[in-house]
Amino acid sequence: MEERNYICTACPMGCKLIVRMEGEEVVKILGNRCRKGETFGRQEAIAPQRMLASTVRVPNGFHPLLPVYTKGSIPKRKIMEVLEKIRAVEVTAPVKAEDVIIANVIGTGVDVIASRDMPAKN
Amino acid sequence: MQEKYDYIVIGGGVVGAMIARWLSRYEGRLLLIEKEADIGMGCSSANTAIVHAGYDPLPGSLKALMNVRANPMWDQLAGELNFPFERRGDFVVAVGEEELPLVDKLMQQGIKNGVPGMVMLDAGEMRSRERDINPDVSGALWATTGGICDPFQVTVAAAENAVINGATVLLNTKFEDFIWEGSRVIGVKTNRGDFFSRWVINSAGIYSDAVMHKAGVRPEFFIKARKGEYFIFDRAEVQIHNVLFPVPSSRGKGILVTGTLHENTIVGPNANVIDDKEDTSMTKEGMDELLDGAKKLIPSLNLRHSIANFVGLRPMGNGPCYTPGINYNNDYVIEVPSSVQGFVNLGGIESPGLTSAPAIAQMVVDLMKDAGEEFVAKKDWDPIRPARPRFAHMTHQERRLLCDMDPRYGRVICRCENVTEGEIVSEIHAPIPAQTYDAIKRRTWLGTGRCQAGFDMTRVVAILARELGVSPFEISKRGDGSEYLYRTTKETEVANVN
Amino acid sequence: MLIKKQYDVVVIGSGPGGLAAAIDAKKGGADDVLVIERDVELGGILLQCIHNGFGLQTFKEDLPGPEYAQRFINEAKALGITFLLDTMVMDVTSQRKLFLSSRDFGYLEVNAHAIVLAMGCRERTRAQVRIPGFRPNGVFTAGTAQRWVNVEGYMPGNKFVILGSGDIGMIMARRLTFEGAHVERVLEIQNYLSGLSRNYVQCLEDWGIPLQLNHTIKKIIGKNRVEAIEAVAVDEKWNFIPGTEEIIPCDTLLLSVGLIPENELSKKAGVALDPVTGGPFVDEHFQTSVPGIFAAGNVVHVYDLVDYVSMAGSEAGRSAAEFALAEKARAARYIPLVPGKNVRYIVPHKLDKKALEKGDISLQMRVTKPIEEDVWMEVRGENNSIVRRSERYVRPGEMVTIVLKPNMAAEVEKTGKLTVDIYPKSEA
Repeated sequence: MEERNYICTACPMGCKLIVRMEGEEVVKILGNRCRKGETFGRQEAIAPQRMLASTVRVPNGFHPLLPVYTKGSIPKRKIMEVLEKIRAVEVTAPVKAEDVIIANVIGTGVDVIASRDMPAKN
Repeated sequence: MQEKYDYIVIGGGVVGAMIARWLSRYEGRLLLIEKEADIGMGCSSANTAIVHAGYDPLPGSLKALMNVRANPMWDQLAGELNFPFERRGDFVVAVGEEELPLVDKLMQQGIKNGVPGMVMLDAGEMRSRERDINPDVSGALWATTGGICDPFQVTVAAAENAVINGATVLLNTKFEDFIWEGSRVIGVKTNRGDFFSRWVINSAGIYSDAVMHKAGVRPEFFIKARKGEYFIFDRAEVQIHNVLFPVPSSRGKGILVTGTLHENTIVGPNANVIDDKEDTSMTKEGMDELLDGAKKLIPSLNLRHSIANFVGLRPMGNGPCYTPGINYNNDYVIEVPSSVQGFVNLGGIESPGLTSAPAIAQMVVDLMKDAGEEFVAKKDWDPIRPARPRFAHMTHQERRLLCDMDPRYGRVICRCENVTEGEIVSEIHAPIPAQTYDAIKRRTWLGTGRCQAGFDMTRVVAILARELGVSPFEISKRGDGSEYLYRTTKETEVANVN
Repeated sequence: MLIKKQYDVVVIGSGPGGLAAAIDAKKGGADDVLVIERDVELGGILLQCIHNGFGLQTFKEDLPGPEYAQRFINEAKALGITFLLDTMVMDVTSQRKLFLSSRDFGYLEVNAHAIVLAMGCRERTRAQVRIPGFRPNGVFTAGTAQRWVNVEGYMPGNKFVILGSGDIGMIMARRLTFEGAHVERVLEIQNYLSGLSRNYVQCLEDWGIPLQLNHTIKKIIGKNRVEAIEAVAVDEKWNFIPGTEEIIPCDTLLLSVGLIPENELSKKAGVALDPVTGGPFVDEHFQTSVPGIFAAGNVVHVYDLVDYVSMAGSEAGRSAAEFALAEKARAARYIPLVPGKNVRYIVPHKLDKKALEKGDISLQMRVTKPIEEDVWMEVRGENNSIVRRSERYVRPGEMVTIVLKPNMAAEVEKTGKLTVDIYPKSEA
């Protein structure tokens, strides 16, 4: 039996969770004060997810970078790979907020979308 | 860039700049070389900004002579060169009865030095002039000829006037050695090539000992760095209008507290001799020393209100007293040495160096005359260095007219100190161009306010890159090796390794 | 663009506080709403906060900062609010006059019936925490670095140490790591985390960036550029513990040591500031000690969630609009008193029509020349006569008084101005 410690990030409370594992299976979750904490603890122990935000190059844009984010969380272990994909992308202005920049990035089922409008440099 | 000059000045501090200004009055090709990325980056921009009355230096010393001679020159100089200067008078404040005789001693010394306009004040009079002064004040010496200036503006104004009158100023140009013809100096070797001249003047500040030793002059003369640390206070929280000197006594050495022409209050300097001539670091012990000492004069001072600090290294030389027979070993060296021709040697120009600079420049010219140099006055010599507009000091009406004239003056870049893009651009294209962030900061006072460049930094870097026509990666704080940016966000290779 | 001399509500700052205030001022009935922004675009500090965590309350979505701002920007534009970008407010008076400076519009004077201060915060500086050592390049506040990395597209270093475990510092630790830099250490002088524990997990723990509580910086090393920092442990009184020093080589030090509400303009307007928050004293409508001047957002105190900033902005904007409309209504009730035939001046110069309902109003005046015969002194409206009184003579040396009474209020109400004529009865 293994005991893992996590700080829950489902809400700003930050409960200290203890997740008991038997192999790859979650046996018990302690320390949570609500159901969201239980869900979080389970997810975090088995397949942690994260929201990801970064920027892409937009050479003809009002600014040289466009902020982007994943519309939904992606597996934590895939973050570096997604960042590489984002780094390779170049976008042409004008762009509107929520325009899809990379659809279904590396097969996660999650799109990388624009965080804001970006007009072209005039 | 030519190679042959009549006069070469080594060092672009306030003394070198003044010498250049004085020499530029006469026919002759003049070159000033400065090893840093801007003029005045040494002690000249890290001092207390005081134009001293002259009671402090020892009677008989060259310091005293230069100080008292120079002090009355400042009004005309400020008018011609258009730098900020105010004759506010300074106060040497006695705390406790036991300090009064010491203050009186200073007054007597001042009288001996020929300082006019000194008055003794009693405790009540001093309290009425400075509301927050230590309640134990017992009296003060009021030297009415004391003043304050903006020392960097003085340096840049003098150097710009020299340039307006035909001088060349080369930055990033470091003296390496002399070029000889027998026992005559005929030029200098620098990191940017050789330059020839009939005269070379050593005003290299803290390294003037190294320079004169290369000429074989005064091998026994050495300069030590005397570190002076300072705090600057928020003008909204601390308003000391006066220049307040302490008297060293058993009560403590005390630390100077003074208002400045930027309406800040500064506290400092302390004075600790150090070995490393490059050590401009602020120390914890120094910070404590400053606050303890300043509280002797203004007990209510609180470090919570300090917004910045800086350090100056004063060149303390071991020159013998100008008047023979006086036991004093920290006097100025200003001479045309007999062992070398074509060389004017200066060393150890610490306080009252800023004050004395115009008199020192005149003395250099006089010494050269005595040594046979025949100066011919330029017919078209222009004593005026025009002022450039300062948005911060203008009325609403004046600002409107300025913006109408040039819209770049409408774009405020430094929010805390109200400095506009127009001013920044005009300093980048001035007779001595500002090419680094600190150069613009010294000239415009940008970035010195409460947010300490938090708002303006990224914008100034962009403006500098644009106006100088270089990549933003080349923009630095104070010259090579102090660049801001390393690479673009999306590059993975490091583009800029120092 | 035509910039008016008078606006109903002027909002200073277009961050989340300012935009919400402008929107709700407009929705609250203020016709002319002006937003002044010193940056080149709307959105304030949110534009560089590209990470998620914004909007959970307002939109029930987890948005990055720029998108949160974009929603408000879109609504503000749709409402026809006027924006001045790249424009700095130089001065605000307690009479609600503003002086503005910009390259595109010049140096302007604008009046407001109500003002909302929404200037946000500035960051605490190195000098304010008095870190000893050299003053090389490479010491930046976390926010300055954030602007370079996220907006302008530059990395200001390769190897970072961060002082302060505030949210901005932790967020930047992750951001820099994502962009290929190395964050060596985060140092926090307190014995507790300064920011949200969520950020500790997702920014530091996830990426193996060590956090040292009870630590600070003893000195900065490097003359032209940072070369290293000397970290040291501290006791509960923040004294250095000898023997715990550690030199950490790096080329950049980021400071995340606190935010200070930016109240320079508030001071100019005579707004009273609370020394504890650093921001203005405000009531439940976010009105400051100066009538008609409101404040919202981080300029009042440092918030944790942007959603609450928007709520405060909305309240301030609504209240500002209410104040402005009341001011205008009051101003509209004023009518001028115009000197007519043979009258040199009248005091008062204007009167509030409503005031006449409550009591007498004396008009005092002087004539331009002596008339040594019977005269009529007549007060008339644009299309009606209010009152007429006779006198046996009038002279410039003697003040003349005509009293308006409440029973005249109904007639006065019909007119937009009152004129007083004094003329000989023989000319009637």
